[in-house]
Amino acid sequence: MIKVRVFVTYKQSVFDPQGDTITKTVHAIGHSEVESVQVGKFFDLSLKTTPDQVATVIKDIATNLLVNFNMETYTYQVLEG
Amino acid sequence: MKIAVIVFPGSNCDVDIYEALATVCHADVQYVSHRERSLAGFDAVMLPGGFSYGDYLRAGALARFTNIMPAIIQMANEGKPVFGTCNGFQILTEAGLLPGALKHNNSQQFICKTVPLEVVNNQTLFTTKYQARERIALPIAHADGCYVASKETLNQLEQNHQVVFRYAAENPNGSLRNIAGITNRRGNVLGMMPHPERAVEALLGNTAGRRLFESLLANGTVKA
Repeated sequence: MIKVRVFVTYKQSVFDPQGDTITKTVHAIGHSEVESVQVGKFFDLSLKTTPDQVATVIKDIATNLLVNFNMETYTYQVLEG
Repeated sequence: MKIAVIVFPGSNCDVDIYEALATVCHADVQYVSHRERSLAGFDAVMLPGGFSYGDYLRAGALARFTNIMPAIIQMANEGKPVFGTCNGFQILTEAGLLPGALKHNNSQQFICKTVPLEVVNNQTLFTTKYQARERIALPIAHADGCYVASKETLNQLEQNHQVVFRYAAENPNGSLRNIAGITNRRGNVLGMMPHPERAVEALLGNTAGRRLFESLLANGTVKA
């Protein structure tokens, strides 16, 4: 079994109100060294496939379902396998 | 003119839009389940508000993959009227029938109130019974109503007169260029966050939404 984690976040050009608010609170608790916080979500997928197919499968699922490219972008990492 | 109101799991304004058309406007309306695959015999289709699939993943993202969607896309491509309010608007953008996307309100709050709107384009088949630049007020009730699109898309929408409604006073949700409702290029698909179906009788305190349905019934069979 191959385990993959897909991260989805707003694109840089899209305002992230949660991230903005959290950044202000991070500053309020004394961490002025934090420039920004971006909020996103992740999806853990367990795949029954071969390692050479992972990139194709993840791209298809992300493009068609997990990500709305009008406002979001994604990255992924292989956790196991 | 026969009109379909699509019912998705989690739709909750389907009855409102049905009654606005059937009881108030005396139109021929029928509920159609998301499980169906055909809209044969229908002249127009309504996508109601609500929370299809609980807004899981993104608002409208999962409804896009239901059985009925290819039939809705086919009607849109044939130039027949397709209307989505609130979650219906979100579904239309997710399905690619309208450009852009709806994201969480900038305030991160669910907003339920009546807001002033400007009718920017009264030449669509949904808006001919409004005056040009008319100010109306309609209810909004949403958490994901912040309209976003690329600068190029926004410019194109404005150049092609696809912006139909704008928020006329405060911008309640952060929508770019105060956009509250848009059509596709052809003008036969309209999506909007406000709820005209909740403003169709004096008893409800507002009749400003009624003319949208009356416009549709007057123009709906005319080729867009």
